[in-house]
Amino acid sequence: MSNKKEKQKNIFEKIYEVIKTMASKPSGLIGLIILTFHVILAITSPLYVPYDYKAIDPSLMLTPPSSEFWFGTDSLGRDVFTRTILGGRTALTVTFFGSLIALLWGGSLGIFCGLVGGKIDDVVMRIIDAFLSIPWILAMLLIVSLLGTTTLVLIPALGFFYGKGIVRVARAATHDVIAKDFIVSARARGHSNMSIIWNEILPNVRDAIMVEGAMRWSWMLLGFSSLSFLGFGVSPPTPDWGLMISNARGLMSFAYWAVLAPIFGLSSLIIGINLTADAFAKALGIDRSTKAPV
Amino acid sequence: MFFLVIKRILLGLITLFIVSLITFAGVEVLPGDACTTYLERQAFGQALEACYDRLGLNVPAYERYISWAWGVLQWDFGYSLSGEMKINEVLGPKVKNSLVLASASILIGIPIALLLGIITALWRDRLPDIIISTVTIFSMTIPEFISATLLILIVAIWLEWLPGIVIVPTEASISELLPNIILPVIAISMIMTAHMARMVRSSVIQVMASDYVQMAILKGVPYWKMVFRHVLPNALLPAINVVALTIAWLLGGVVVTEVVFNYPGLGRLVIESISNRDLPVVQALAIILASIYVGINLIADLATLMLNPRLKSLQIKK
Amino acid sequence: MKTTVQKINNLTIGFQSQKGEQISILKNISTSINQGETVGIVGESGSGKSTLALAMMGYVKHGLFTISGECIFHSNNLLEMKNKELENIRGRKIAMIPQNAGQSLTPNLKIGYQIDEALKLHTDLKQTERDEKISELLNKVRLPSPETMAQRYPHELSGGQQQRVAVAMALAGSPEILLLDEPTTGLDVTTQAHVLELLNLIAKDSGTSMVYVSHDLGAIAQVSDRVIVMYSGEIVLDGPVRSILKNPIHPYTFGLLKSIPKLSLPGLPNSMSGSQPQPGSIKKGCSFYERCEFADDDCKVNSPSLEFIKDLNTSVRCFKHNELLNLTKIESQNVKSIENKVLKNEILDLSSVSISYAKQKFLDQLLNKINDTNPTVKDINININKGETLALVGESGSGKSTILKSIAGLLKTKDGNIKFEKDKTLSNDLRQRDPSLLRAIQLIFQNPDESLNPNHTVEEIVSQPLRLYFGLKGKELKDKIIEVLDKVRLGEFYLTRYPRQLSGGEKQRVAVARAFAAKPDIILCDEVTSALDVSVQAAVLNLLQELKEDFGTTYIFVSHDLAVVRAISDRVAVLYQGRLCEIGPSNNVYKFPSHPYTEVLLGAVLEPDPDIKPKLVAEDIVEEKPPENGCSFQGRCPRILGDICKNEVPPWQTSENGNSIRCHIKIEDLKNQQTSN
Repeated sequence: MSNKKEKQKNIFEKIYEVIKTMASKPSGLIGLIILTFHVILAITSPLYVPYDYKAIDPSLMLTPPSSEFWFGTDSLGRDVFTRTILGGRTALTVTFFGSLIALLWGGSLGIFCGLVGGKIDDVVMRIIDAFLSIPWILAMLLIVSLLGTTTLVLIPALGFFYGKGIVRVARAATHDVIAKDFIVSARARGHSNMSIIWNEILPNVRDAIMVEGAMRWSWMLLGFSSLSFLGFGVSPPTPDWGLMISNARGLMSFAYWAVLAPIFGLSSLIIGINLTADAFAKALGIDRSTKAPV
Repeated sequence: MFFLVIKRILLGLITLFIVSLITFAGVEVLPGDACTTYLERQAFGQALEACYDRLGLNVPAYERYISWAWGVLQWDFGYSLSGEMKINEVLGPKVKNSLVLASASILIGIPIALLLGIITALWRDRLPDIIISTVTIFSMTIPEFISATLLILIVAIWLEWLPGIVIVPTEASISELLPNIILPVIAISMIMTAHMARMVRSSVIQVMASDYVQMAILKGVPYWKMVFRHVLPNALLPAINVVALTIAWLLGGVVVTEVVFNYPGLGRLVIESISNRDLPVVQALAIILASIYVGINLIADLATLMLNPRLKSLQIKK
Repeated sequence: MKTTVQKINNLTIGFQSQKGEQISILKNISTSINQGETVGIVGESGSGKSTLALAMMGYVKHGLFTISGECIFHSNNLLEMKNKELENIRGRKIAMIPQNAGQSLTPNLKIGYQIDEALKLHTDLKQTERDEKISELLNKVRLPSPETMAQRYPHELSGGQQQRVAVAMALAGSPEILLLDEPTTGLDVTTQAHVLELLNLIAKDSGTSMVYVSHDLGAIAQVSDRVIVMYSGEIVLDGPVRSILKNPIHPYTFGLLKSIPKLSLPGLPNSMSGSQPQPGSIKKGCSFYERCEFADDDCKVNSPSLEFIKDLNTSVRCFKHNELLNLTKIESQNVKSIENKVLKNEILDLSSVSISYAKQKFLDQLLNKINDTNPTVKDINININKGETLALVGESGSGKSTILKSIAGLLKTKDGNIKFEKDKTLSNDLRQRDPSLLRAIQLIFQNPDESLNPNHTVEEIVSQPLRLYFGLKGKELKDKIIEVLDKVRLGEFYLTRYPRQLSGGEKQRVAVARAFAAKPDIILCDEVTSALDVSVQAAVLNLLQELKEDFGTTYIFVSHDLAVVRAISDRVAVLYQGRLCEIGPSNNVYKFPSHPYTEVLLGAVLEPDPDIKPKLVAEDIVEEKPPENGCSFQGRCPRILGDICKNEVPPWQTSENGNSIRCHIKIEDLKNQQTSN
């Protein structure tokens, strides 16, 4: 159908427009560059890493940075540069898919609650509130310790816990929209509920939910790396920034490089995602600074 | 008004009830039970029986829930799996230490956040705002364990100004704790302060753009008087609830930070009990932390109720 | 010769666009305010009138800046003064009464405090003297029981009371100039007339100069000595009120006055084409060129300057003012009278309809019963004939929109029946209505910004009823959409536009197109012109009338604007507090208003003519709930009889002119009482 094609073209145009607006401010541009850099690095790094990330060589223990080992070596003699550029892969994948899951279930439940209102809405929100009041770290640790630390556990678990906040945002956005006259108009015309949700509500809450999802991504990354820092994330010897920091921390008084390299990697990625999310929100006309990180 | 207060308190209690159900059910639903999880390979025969007996796991779930919940109400969380220790005895001093750390962070964080938020809003888009806003974005995004690690590296190891690792016993008095908590407090309050400052900023900016502030200016009200009488009361009121949510987020940060600094609080207990799969302790921790969260939010709700003239007038009318 | 209190010289205010261009909102404004004079500044939204008023206090909004020019007050340029110095002028020498007092009073401070603050800043009175002064001021603006009023918070007052507080606050510093920025917009008709009367009194009393900014020529006509007409950031006309309103020698004012519906002239007013240009879009030539009936090529290239016409004591910005001078009088023949083919064929019948907003108790919910002895809307009996335009009028809270919603099926009725084409009962529940019934009744809303989905293109918006009711697809659908858009005079290139890319009038056209795409029998119009600019309003009314003539559609038209209702309706029903007061052919109701409420309502209408003054009959009290027993209007009725009005629901009676009213007083007696006043 020609209509559909046009719509797709419109969406691409819109994405292009949004990215252009995002890049028009220095902070947005920096964020986009950092994020793109990290994504490319995560996809392509296995092709050109200089050393084997799990090659242990006791003779090279804690070598300071040199032309041979750019970021030095760690306590097991592994090349820190290799491990640093590989260290974001798991974090990025897990949190990206985790945010997608959070977006999906949080968004749908939120829209549902906003739509039905009344008693059902009250009960669901009470339960969400209860989940919110258990500190995320405790809940995550419990799940991970009981079910293991595979990505298959981590992605849905993170997705679940970070979706709670999206429920609230989606619900509030839906509440705002359904009071509008164009929804009343569609109801009065006699459109079906599904058609109203799909055609009238979704396009108007989509932006708010997507911005929320982008924000969740950066918080999820923070949460995920905290987990792996505590030893409940990625299992060794897979390189991961949180784990690397945790391992190298004890020796940082004489081998600071082994700590600083992963710190730099992780911080730059989080800042990149944050700046991008900020610019994204601004490009879509949503102020995100009033949101609390829950 | 009175009715509203009662309603909020009831809602808080319901939330806590649901939390207790979730934590209890969570442990029930997950594969294995406390004893098999804890004993791992030795989970058979007599050892298992003994464990079941000790925890009373051979009675139906709802009976266990009732007796557990009844105990919790009396500050009795039963016995931990690992030792024969009563959980509340282990918890007591650690809760105190964590509260010291958290309250110090809050007490330092809130005034700084208010100050920064107001400054950035009033000098919006000018140099103070640009500098502070950039700094807050960075401090907001860096996880606690990174800022904590960097603080130790720079302040404790390179500059040698303060102790990097806390080496006081759990039962230490507050005065013994004080010099040790400076770095942890900074690490914890960084994220929280940055978040709150940003919220205060946008709230103040919103109010500054309102018709009544324009009216106050056109009435000839001097600038600072306008800020204090017309802007801040209206800008900070909605911020209270969001600040409460941020404080709740801080509880997670406390756990991580305590581990980094080896601080004798709940954080290490969390990690230990989870590593040891000591589920009764985990349950106790969950309910305690959730109570703190609900309590903080309740206080924020009540404060908003007390301060909002719109809600105050309900009282007059009734 | 009167002394000048404020003088504005060549003032240009603008902003920096994203591309870095300087765009002017105000262009080269020069005028002056004399002592004791009331100057009305009139213009549509975006004409720069509020920016000008704020500049007169030395205030420029965030994002705007002064490009050139000055605002002289007592030989000082306000726009160059420091904030410290301005604090001594604002509120003391020049005071502002804002548009929306509800949002302009600080919510956390009591009324008394806010007035006291102004007194503290601008007078040397002591605490006890100030307390007295507060009571005095609140008395002066005629607020009941000043002592308790001072203890209230702004949100506890009604809109009219808030506006009065704002007036009291402005008077606290006894200023030399009072600036009023749309002070009555958003208030009910009767409240508006009362506030204006108060302002007139104050102006006479204190001898302050007033600057009255408004889009409403009716209000301007009532208060001003002199009128400044603004268009697209320029002064286009400046002169005495009578010469401006009776002898408009600028084409914009000429067209505008013709396009305003008036109570004294039944029928549809002429419409003006187009809409005001966006700031910065006109690079050369006259800014009104695009919409001007008198323009020639000269107007396209050269910008006219403000020229003083001695005979009329008026300045005008137009090359063609001489042509207009001869056309002067706005004659009644400019009005198109409407004649609808009303068939004696009942299409909709409301019989004893009651609607309640009361929350149902759980048990009642189970029994599907609504228990409310005092519902929002009660006992409505109206039948509507095919091809007719029936108007529902009343102030806010009169239940007029509520009735529309229940006809559309959006609200459940408590009692009574709504029947379509005599035999088809309109079910309470939208979901149980037949698709053909759903199609037959369409709604047009007040604000097209809210009623059009901001994420849909015009094509998608109009396609929805076509797909839903007729199942059209592909080329057939597109052709139909183009056809429908053509009907509302929107070209094919509008298809891909989003609502935010359209002007207010265009948006409302899209909404009209969407309603007509369903080929409905009845269209429910809910305040469809209220959100539009005056010059656009007439065009939409004309369009609605043409479409009706083409399709034979029946309209139920809800509005608070009595002049608009007079222009478009065949029959009018007057509602107060959800109860019918009077119903009858529009001509009769407007000529011979019988019910006391209709009399009050019509008396309060402001005509854009300084020689027609409003008649204020009843007090403007705000009632929150309809009375439990008796007549709905008992609380405000100037002709109340006594207990009978409080206890018994008045009976229907019909006059020889065909209006039916609900009143305990005999129609003939009412008429005698009216003439004796």
